[in-house]
Amino acid sequence: MSTYQEFIQQNEDRDGVRFSWNLWPSSRLEATRLVVPVSCLFTPLKERPDLPPVQYEPVLCSRANCKAVLNPLCQVDFRAKIWACNFCFQRNPFPPSYAGISEANQPAELMPQFSTIEYIVQRGTPAPLIFLYVVDTCLEEEDLQALKESLQMSLSLLPPNALVGLITFGRMVQVHELSCEGIAKSYVFRGTKDLSAKQIQEMLGLSKPMASGQQGRPVAPQDASAFCRFLQPVHRVDMNLTDLLGELQRDPWPVPQGKRPLRSTGVALSVAVGLLEGTFPNTGARVMLFIGGPPTQGPGMVVGDELKTPIRSWHDIQKDNARHLKKATKYYEALANRSAVNGHSIDIYACALDQTGLLEMKCLSNLTGGHIVMGDSFNTSLFKQTFQRVFSKDYNGDFRMAFGGVLEVKTSRELKVCGAIGPCVSLNAKGSSVSENVSERTFNINHNAPVPQGGRGAVQFVTQYQHSNTQRRIRVTTIARNWADAQSQIQHIESSFDQEAAAVLMARLGVFRAESEEGPDVLRWLDRQLIRLFMFHMRRSPFLQVFNNSPDESSYYRHHFVRQDLTQSLIMIQPILYSYSFYGPPEPVLLDSSSILPDRILLMDTFFQLVIFHGETIAQWRKAGYQEMAEYENFKQLLQAPLDDAQEILQTRFPMPRYVDTEHGGSQARFLLSKVNPSQTHNNLYAWGQETGAPILTDDVSLQVFMDHLKKLAVSSSA
Amino acid sequence: MSVCETEGLVKHRPLGSSTRTADTLTLLSYPGFRDELKMNVNQHTPLAAPYGQPQPGYVQPGYAPLDGGYPTSYMPYHGPAPAYQHGAPQQGPARGPPSSAPPPVATGQPYNQYNQSQGDMQNGPPPMTQEPPRPAASQPYNSGAATLPGHQPSYPQHYGHPSTMQQVTNQMTGMQINSGPPTAAGPGYAPPYSSQPPVSSAYSAAPPPSYTQAPPPAVSSGSVQMAPPSVPPASQQQYYGGPPPQAFNPSLPPTTSQQQFTSAPPTSCQQPLPPSSYSSPMPPPSQAPPPLVSQPQQPFPPPQPAYSSAPPPPDSQAAFTSGPPPGAQVSFPPRAPPPSSLAGSFPPPGPPPSSAPSSQYPGSISPHQRPLPSHPSPYHSGPPPPRAQMPPTSMAQSNHLPPGPQGQQQPPLQPGMSAGYPAQQNGAFGQVRGPQPGYAGPYPGQPNYGAPAPAAPAQKRLDPDAIPSPIQVIEDDKAKVNEPFTTGVRGQAPPLVTTSFQVKDQGNASPRFVRCTAYNMPCTSDMAKQSQVPLAAVIKPLATLPPDEAPPYLVDHGESGPIRCNRCKAYMCPYMQFIEGGRRFQCAFCSCVTEVPPHYFQHLDHTGKRVDCYERPELSLGSYEFLATVDYCKNNKLPQPPAFIFLIDVSYNAVKSGLVSIVCQELKILLDNLPRENPEADSVVRVGFVTYNKVLHFYNVKASLAQPQMLVVSDVADMFVPLLDGFLVNVAESRLVIESLLDQIPEMFADTRETETVFGPVIQAGLEALKAADCAGKLFVFHTSLPIAEAPGKLKNREDKKLVGTDKEKSLFQPQVSFYNTLAKECVAQGCCVDLFLFPNQYVDIATLGVVPVSTGGSVYKYTYFQAQSDQERFLNDLRRDVQKPVGFDAVMRVRTSTGIRATDFYGSFFMSNTTDVELAGLDCDKAVTVEFKHDDKLSEETGALMQCAVLYTTCSGQRRLRVHNMAVNCCSQLADLYRNCETDTIINFLSKYALRGILNNHTKAVRDTLINQCAQILACYRKNCASPSSAGQLILPECMKLLPVYLNCVLKSDVLLPGADISLDDRAYLRQLISCMDVSDTHVFFYPRLLPLMKLEGDSLPVAVRASEERLSKGGVYLMETGLHLFLWVGASVQQELLLNIFGTPSFSQIDSAMTNLPVLDNPFSKRLRELIDSFRAQRSRYMKLMVVKQEDRAELVFKHFLVEDKSSSGGASYVDFLCHMHKEIRQLLS
Repeated sequence: MSTYQEFIQQNEDRDGVRFSWNLWPSSRLEATRLVVPVSCLFTPLKERPDLPPVQYEPVLCSRANCKAVLNPLCQVDFRAKIWACNFCFQRNPFPPSYAGISEANQPAELMPQFSTIEYIVQRGTPAPLIFLYVVDTCLEEEDLQALKESLQMSLSLLPPNALVGLITFGRMVQVHELSCEGIAKSYVFRGTKDLSAKQIQEMLGLSKPMASGQQGRPVAPQDASAFCRFLQPVHRVDMNLTDLLGELQRDPWPVPQGKRPLRSTGVALSVAVGLLEGTFPNTGARVMLFIGGPPTQGPGMVVGDELKTPIRSWHDIQKDNARHLKKATKYYEALANRSAVNGHSIDIYACALDQTGLLEMKCLSNLTGGHIVMGDSFNTSLFKQTFQRVFSKDYNGDFRMAFGGVLEVKTSRELKVCGAIGPCVSLNAKGSSVSENVSERTFNINHNAPVPQGGRGAVQFVTQYQHSNTQRRIRVTTIARNWADAQSQIQHIESSFDQEAAAVLMARLGVFRAESEEGPDVLRWLDRQLIRLFMFHMRRSPFLQVFNNSPDESSYYRHHFVRQDLTQSLIMIQPILYSYSFYGPPEPVLLDSSSILPDRILLMDTFFQLVIFHGETIAQWRKAGYQEMAEYENFKQLLQAPLDDAQEILQTRFPMPRYVDTEHGGSQARFLLSKVNPSQTHNNLYAWGQETGAPILTDDVSLQVFMDHLKKLAVSSSA
Repeated sequence: MSVCETEGLVKHRPLGSSTRTADTLTLLSYPGFRDELKMNVNQHTPLAAPYGQPQPGYVQPGYAPLDGGYPTSYMPYHGPAPAYQHGAPQQGPARGPPSSAPPPVATGQPYNQYNQSQGDMQNGPPPMTQEPPRPAASQPYNSGAATLPGHQPSYPQHYGHPSTMQQVTNQMTGMQINSGPPTAAGPGYAPPYSSQPPVSSAYSAAPPPSYTQAPPPAVSSGSVQMAPPSVPPASQQQYYGGPPPQAFNPSLPPTTSQQQFTSAPPTSCQQPLPPSSYSSPMPPPSQAPPPLVSQPQQPFPPPQPAYSSAPPPPDSQAAFTSGPPPGAQVSFPPRAPPPSSLAGSFPPPGPPPSSAPSSQYPGSISPHQRPLPSHPSPYHSGPPPPRAQMPPTSMAQSNHLPPGPQGQQQPPLQPGMSAGYPAQQNGAFGQVRGPQPGYAGPYPGQPNYGAPAPAAPAQKRLDPDAIPSPIQVIEDDKAKVNEPFTTGVRGQAPPLVTTSFQVKDQGNASPRFVRCTAYNMPCTSDMAKQSQVPLAAVIKPLATLPPDEAPPYLVDHGESGPIRCNRCKAYMCPYMQFIEGGRRFQCAFCSCVTEVPPHYFQHLDHTGKRVDCYERPELSLGSYEFLATVDYCKNNKLPQPPAFIFLIDVSYNAVKSGLVSIVCQELKILLDNLPRENPEADSVVRVGFVTYNKVLHFYNVKASLAQPQMLVVSDVADMFVPLLDGFLVNVAESRLVIESLLDQIPEMFADTRETETVFGPVIQAGLEALKAADCAGKLFVFHTSLPIAEAPGKLKNREDKKLVGTDKEKSLFQPQVSFYNTLAKECVAQGCCVDLFLFPNQYVDIATLGVVPVSTGGSVYKYTYFQAQSDQERFLNDLRRDVQKPVGFDAVMRVRTSTGIRATDFYGSFFMSNTTDVELAGLDCDKAVTVEFKHDDKLSEETGALMQCAVLYTTCSGQRRLRVHNMAVNCCSQLADLYRNCETDTIINFLSKYALRGILNNHTKAVRDTLINQCAQILACYRKNCASPSSAGQLILPECMKLLPVYLNCVLKSDVLLPGADISLDDRAYLRQLISCMDVSDTHVFFYPRLLPLMKLEGDSLPVAVRASEERLSKGGVYLMETGLHLFLWVGASVQQELLLNIFGTPSFSQIDSAMTNLPVLDNPFSKRLRELIDSFRAQRSRYMKLMVVKQEDRAELVFKHFLVEDKSSSGGASYVDFLCHMHKEIRQLLS
């Protein structure tokens, strides 16, 4: 029999699900006592190369408020051609097309190995993918040039029938018309005025007078072509758009000294959302926002244009001194909700040295399943490759993205969904939530009613989405777990505990709370909750600690934290540290200052950063150029090894991590020093009196201290 | 009259009003009213008298003698003149002989006086001085029209003598004075002159007589004729005093006239002239003297002889041929003629009147005595038409008409002429003469004429020829000018706007920059109130000067800026008085003493003038410019070069009419011709382009772009400018992109179906663009329709014909919404001038749309029912001119005055945020501002009144400058001085602007009544205070204002104040706004169109215009009419083939294409000359005049007739004659 370890691994591979507990306590009370809630990490669109989609539609339970999909857990009466829903126990006849089923001839959805199955729905006309670029033009010339090139490049990555649109903004917002020949035409909106969707559509000439109501049907296609002035198939406007992008100028409005350029990000997004809303509601679309600075005017402004007023910091926020924060956040949330409802996702690509207002805008991506990418400049490989990776293809040559996903969660009667954390927004429908471009999310499942022992609880995830090849698909994942009585079967339950999943889940809960509550409170809560867990690094992570991080950075880190899968999430919580030396093959070492030795090369992966750290001696050797000498070939190889490994990681990760190559004493070494456990600090350095490792100048407690304290607490509390 | 006034005049004239000094009197007898008017110019009077009285007995005798004279006179006049001439001649002769005898004494004295006293002033003096030249000139004028020397002479003399001085008088009464006095006087008086001293008495005596006589005569020749009969007695008597008829005629008339003349000539010219003139006048006798008159006289002699012989048609012709000379005589005659004319006019009436009228006339006349018969008569005749009652002296015309048409016609026709003349004069003469035995012989023909036509019609109407003729006045003025007008003399009225002259700036601003209504301001406000003469100046600060006059010098006072008075801030000017050895100066405006900055210090010479006075424009010139320092700039920042933004309507209508493509094509060329100061360099004016319908499209035409970019702004509710860099560009740099854009615009919108437009946001867009660029500039908006699209400034169609004539009418001239007023204010603050080109197919509410252009110093152009083919040329020429003309931006004008008066009101295209500063976002070379002054204290005669108009503006190259115009005028304590030194054209300019502003808040009718009332008061005041006592039935007009009634009538019946059925509200609003910024020459031609006969085009000189009346058109002729906005070519139904061939290249009248807008280019001198003529007309006006060919009796003729302003208009406007009668009635009411 397989161990829980294997079971968990198998489940994750097959269904993309990891539960914190793989045996469920049978009552709410018991569940509460478990501290770590019964919850799961679910990756709705986990890549399953081995899972061919079926070409028919799912069979649904006929009960109006159930509509669960036929699954392997259902009881089937092959003779009567009847199946019983395992959620509501409704007995349903099979549809006529299933007339031929028998025990020997079962449809795929009834086979246990197809606990996850994907249907292709033929309904409706396939809508093309839509990519709407929203580009900030208040950039440095160099940045803009790089961005333009990236955008032009991206055109070649799009499927020919995809619709593209372009909105640029600076002081004004321009919606570019792509169909016209000769003169490049664009519609301009003032950057300071909040317009309703209706106004925007009117001004873009999209809302044709409805006078022709009767003829509405036949006219519709023509209207569609009218929309197309702004959204055109790539194959048709490729050249045109390339030229257009090529001629993009920096925002022509002069920026007086001491001022920030006026950036109407808020209105630009509003226009983008309004445009899509008016033209392609409920069709998968992706708004890609490229910004090089904070919004400085109009609705959604984050900071004024006076340079002497710095952008809000955590300090300001805590002091309630951030004037625009609430208003802007509210504004972007409203936009995000509208966008999500219409199935449009918003990506944010923010490249600037200073903050760009991600804190306020994060909900745009968080609620719509968009990406957030943060970099220093558009002219860096970080951005360029990340952006390129957005359009990466899977083994079928399809984009690794889906659109307009709606995820329904159905549970056995005994269970209830109490919420989801992830890039999604609630549809406010009973028991369902919606999101797009799903990658990973966390569900908290609460008990609803006591369950009979020995029974099984089941959860079904129904994800409807638009595949990137424009097909509409439905993926159904049905999962069952056994109930266990906490009183009698506590050992079983304990053994079914998934430590990693629990760590990540708790961390996400923490982050979720951190987003909505005061920082210190969250830490305290976490401390209370984590007593039994080693969450030392979590406490120190940027997800919870805002010290040393700008609000934007925090938002960025948190954004990614709540949407990466378990492995990546773990890396984020506890960065991995490899050590390279002449003494043996690379080995993982403790994330501790004691690992920092002069004759080692360290490779640290924090998910967001990839740091190669050369120890003091190594660095001196390198400086002396030994690697160039034939007789020190081995040294050269040693230097090369971490680079190769890093390259490997860089290749696969999205978003691209920040790549840092540094050495002992280098300014960038701080990335490493801030992560390692400060087992040696200026306080205890001499006390330890050892030559190993490097002291970290911090007042933070070390893991040792933390653990000591934790032990004491644990003991005292249990006592 | 003549006497009295002359005296007065004489005295006054000395001041230098030589040219116009004479006062004119005109007499009118209202047929209807019964009172006949007798009019005459003061001095002229004499002439008339003779005629009138002469009638019966006199006539013959008088005529007889005259005959001789007449012929000549006729000759000159040919057509029209004849009448006058006749009159004159008659008088002349008649008087001459008699007068010489009788008058001598009396007259003699008067003359003397004149001479002495008025010497300069009156005819005498001025004429004297000027005489030499003038005579000639004047002659030309007279003849001018006519042609003939003959005429000329006659006029000339009249003018001539009077010319300088009297000319006025002459002109005024034209006939009366001249004819009368000169002729008669000349000869006979010569001797008398010696006695001149008596002048005054003489005048009084003389004038009256003359007038009386005149009046009677005036009554028309009729009067004369008629009057003579009936009236003669009375009038004559009165006038002449004792002499009445015969005696008077001879004696008095001559005396008066002669006296005047004599006096005038003598004084001024002195004896030489006088003698000559006199002598000449003295017909026969004069002949001898002629030499003096020079040509004229000589001519005279001949003519006379001719005349004498002339009487017989042939002779007369001969005389005419000799014309000039005859002219001289004529001239005399003219004067006489005037009378004669008057007489003539009267005559007609006369005949009838003789019976009734005569009595009437007499009565009226007699009282008036003064009334120059000549004028009066005309008037009478004038009125008659309507009233018929009057002795419609058909003949009256002789005077006026003659000059014009006849003159021209005659020349060629001479022989025929005689015939022609007769016709006109016939009435008068015929009647008159008919009886006359002597005439019979000579005039045989005439009688015929007279008998036939004249008789019937004539009897009932006042002779239009007998009433003051604008043409006559214009020609007279032209004749007077033969040397540059120097501005140094304070209180000197410049030549009329119709006269071409050169200006030498000697301390006062050129009349091209500033014209005043009065060059002699009353010293007290009481006087001003009493006279009701508006005190105003029409200032055209950036007027273009002819190439032979230097533009204002640019003075740079360095960093500290222009030197100014500490207290009132007046700028350094020639009137500033340097004291304390030059260390300080005293302000001429506020008397404050200011230190002279060290760098500006200069020693004074012994006269107290700075040594460098003539090296510094600001110390020696009337107009100059200062370079402004940064203190004079907005925000204390030197201005950026201005920008031009073209905003083009691309809605369906605009595209379909071809407008869009035309504009785009043209702009490509125009961009090379943006205004620049240095013709060598490229213009620094930047340009931008916007198209719009319901939304706006901006274009990015940055040089670095391969293709222009279009930026659509649909947020019209809250306008903004989508881009800055790339919107306003330098033409040279972005040429390729701009051309590409202009090529593409018409294509892009070729299929548009959008019919709705916005307007407010369009201007906002331009304004915002200028704001963003931080510069001043000009918007060129090409717009087609009422802006009904949802946007700020949206308008409703409120045209409602039913409101016209009601109390609510005025609201239609006010903007519909206040949005545009606010917008205009913002525009002005930014220096954003808006020029609006409208292409409406229906009501567009110009009253509202025009608010911004008018408030920002812009212009509105309107092309109703625009069609590419027919209107393209006009539009493009307007556009070209509008784009290229010199223009200043962001201007502020301030008028400072010396203590005692104050600029109280301003009229024009501008905005005022307070009561003193006139703010003009744009100020171009065609814009004039009329400023009204009021007293706030007593003025002194010594210091006069000063005004300084300073305009701070930004040039088209972005330089900040101050242009300063200084003007000094005299102050007078005698009303007569005021009346002698005012300018009717300017008064009309003021009154029209005043009225057009009035209709915003008052009922149109009330406004008209106000105008009439004011005019009546002006004239009544003159009559009461300045004219010598005379019969109430006489209409007496000041010489300088004798055209006031006719011009005022034109104003009153203009489309704005008296709309016809086919005049839309838009048209009226358009004209209203147009007129508001017109200068004097614009208003002049606008209200009284120029009508040129084209039968003969020779040499470089223009044919003499004819009066704007249908009667003046000959079926066989072709006429060109110019109104400043329209150009008509009227073709008579029976025009000669040859003429048609020459002009149109077709021999047949019916084959003329009346749709043509340009004459075919034919290779013959006539066609060439005519086209040159048309081109030169167009070049003179700020707006291109489309040529309309109007065939007689064609439907389009109605439009043309609308501009025959002396006729009754279809919309109910009174004819000149009617109006004059009405005016007379008003005056009489005021006087009684």
